[in-house]
Amino acid sequence: MSRKMKSRLEVSAIYFVIFVMFVVIFYPLLWTVGMSLNPGKSLYSASLFPENWSLEHYKWLFTDPDSEYLLWYKNSLMVATVNAFFSVILTSLIAYAFSRYRFIGRKYGLYAFLLLQMFPAIMAMVAIYILLNLIGLLDTLTGLILVYIGGQIPFNAWLVKGYFDTIPRELDDAARIDGAGHFGVFIRIMLPLARPILGVVALFNFMAPFMDFLLPRIVLRSPENFTLAVGLFNFINQQFANNFTRFAAGSILIAVPIAVVYLLSQRYLITGLTAGGTKG
Amino acid sequence: MATQGAPVKYSKHSPALAMTLSLIFAGFGQLYNRRYIKGILFIVLEVSFIFTLGRFINYGLWGLRTLGVTPLEDHSIFLMIYGLISLLLIAFALGLYILNILDAKRNAERLRQGESNPKMKETIRNVWDRGFPYLFITPGLFMLTFIVILPILFTLSLAFTDYNQYNSPPGNLLNWVGWDNFKKLVTLNTWSETFFDVFTWTIVWTLVATTLQIALGLFLALIVNDPRVKFKKWIRTVLILPWAVPAFVTILIFSAMFNGEFGTINRDLLVLFGLEIPWMQDPFWAKIALIMIQTWLGFPFVFALFTGVLQSISRDWYEAAEVDGGSRWQKFRYITFPHVMYATAPLLIMQYAGNFNNFNIIYLFNEGGPPIPGKRAGGTDILISWVYDLTFEINQYNMAAAITIILGLIVTGFAFYQFRKTRSFKEEGNM
Repeated sequence: MSRKMKSRLEVSAIYFVIFVMFVVIFYPLLWTVGMSLNPGKSLYSASLFPENWSLEHYKWLFTDPDSEYLLWYKNSLMVATVNAFFSVILTSLIAYAFSRYRFIGRKYGLYAFLLLQMFPAIMAMVAIYILLNLIGLLDTLTGLILVYIGGQIPFNAWLVKGYFDTIPRELDDAARIDGAGHFGVFIRIMLPLARPILGVVALFNFMAPFMDFLLPRIVLRSPENFTLAVGLFNFINQQFANNFTRFAAGSILIAVPIAVVYLLSQRYLITGLTAGGTKG
Repeated sequence: MATQGAPVKYSKHSPALAMTLSLIFAGFGQLYNRRYIKGILFIVLEVSFIFTLGRFINYGLWGLRTLGVTPLEDHSIFLMIYGLISLLLIAFALGLYILNILDAKRNAERLRQGESNPKMKETIRNVWDRGFPYLFITPGLFMLTFIVILPILFTLSLAFTDYNQYNSPPGNLLNWVGWDNFKKLVTLNTWSETFFDVFTWTIVWTLVATTLQIALGLFLALIVNDPRVKFKKWIRTVLILPWAVPAFVTILIFSAMFNGEFGTINRDLLVLFGLEIPWMQDPFWAKIALIMIQTWLGFPFVFALFTGVLQSISRDWYEAAEVDGGSRWQKFRYITFPHVMYATAPLLIMQYAGNFNNFNIIYLFNEGGPPIPGKRAGGTDILISWVYDLTFEINQYNMAAAITIILGLIVTGFAFYQFRKTRSFKEEGNM
């Protein structure tokens, strides 16, 4: 077999593998789209390519008085925005202290962050439930946001600290000579230079409320406080097959914007993760 | 800062005495060191701590010890939480106290060597400089304490009580039962058998699902990175798609697809081969389905990660290998593989840890089912989803907490061991 022939075979094999992967990836996604366009509510009669397709489920989500979809969307957006904002502030403050100062408890603090990020969130769920109940924040979005902000610290503090470490100290010193204080260095040097990683943190924390299911399920009780994940889950939890087409429509409306954001920012995300996680 | 003035004057100044005085009451040592403002500040701090929080701490500690004495009046769970908060407060105060003693000692030593006390302005400057990092971490630390640390301590405590659906406050009081729950888990047959099954499946699940997703991600990254492949950007975008779609949505969709009655996999695909597989009813097939789904969900992240690293490996390495006549396998084995692993090890470890605790997929796919007669957990339950069931479905809080602790120990032990090996962590350790 000639070399050229072999190469051509190899490339074909590669394309074939990629083709198979495409099918595997697209099948569930297209199936969901197909389901969402089925006129009936039931999965039993639904088909991948409905003959008389309709957008009635989408319409229902937005216009029907029984539908709380828009409310859930609003809740999720609010939780996501507030969470992203405060998470970035708190995390960068901590990361700055750990990256630039030597203080008592620093080393053990770092160990602790590492350890704490390993603990599964569920370990804390019962206690969080009781604590929130104790301070009257159960079934409120505020309670949910507080837990998100606190819970993200260990992981993101490491990430941001790792990135801060890569910013040369000479810049700090130069700024200090020019009269900047502790705050000045933080605000005028660190924050602008660390924008990529802060963007990553903001994005992660913005996305989390759209993706997370466990915590809102435990914290939120009444439907008007639900975030999208819990609301949609309850859609199909009771009567799985009977609401599925509606659920499909609802999930597409979440999945599309999130997927777009992810695809646009994925290079950014990966660079941020590898830079912060391993220091190159 | 040090002045030459009167070195003899303070030579008898004793650090030991300063320490003892500060030990007796915060601030006394500082007074002895003639730092009056600082000393008074410390005294005020301690007095106000005792007056404002003393009663709460006393009550909390009593509650933690006894978990209440009168049913309906004392709520054991609240008492436990007050107690834990008290412990945290004490730990915090103790930390300050030790700082106070050390400060008295250091200051006394300096005086003994003949240095004089810094001026007011310098002191303020010093406090600002050295206190600054604490100022920055305080808000985060506060949240962390209440949202992460306190809950973990609480879970830890629950594991040593008899809190379950039959014995729960406020109607009943809880008791400390020592290691009973752990003993039950190992010795009582109904528990130990289930525990063993769930544990084994958790390990198998973690290893198989994660390794598969990493292997697939690596394989795809390698072949797409081949210079002969065109439309790389498009291919990569599509391959990353499963990562971009929220996992809970995809899992629920897969759950519908695998459904035996109306799912498309049996109805549309396998029917072509005359097969019908009980994905949801048979534990074995449910496990296979879960592993396949997780591979689908997990490979894109690894793929994206590896793609980034592959592009950063210098061509020189491969050219050198070509000069030496290295085969393709050798190039992969000795250049590519070490490079990608080195750069991504911590994140890959996180993948294993993530799957070990992958509650979402197990719960959303089948709620850990199918149920198995005679067992306390479902056929596909991993430790974490079992804990969820025990806690929120059947309220076996104590056993759930005991299992959680075992789970936490495994994850931390494993992760810590692995992290120690990675470079970034070593650098931290040496500081």
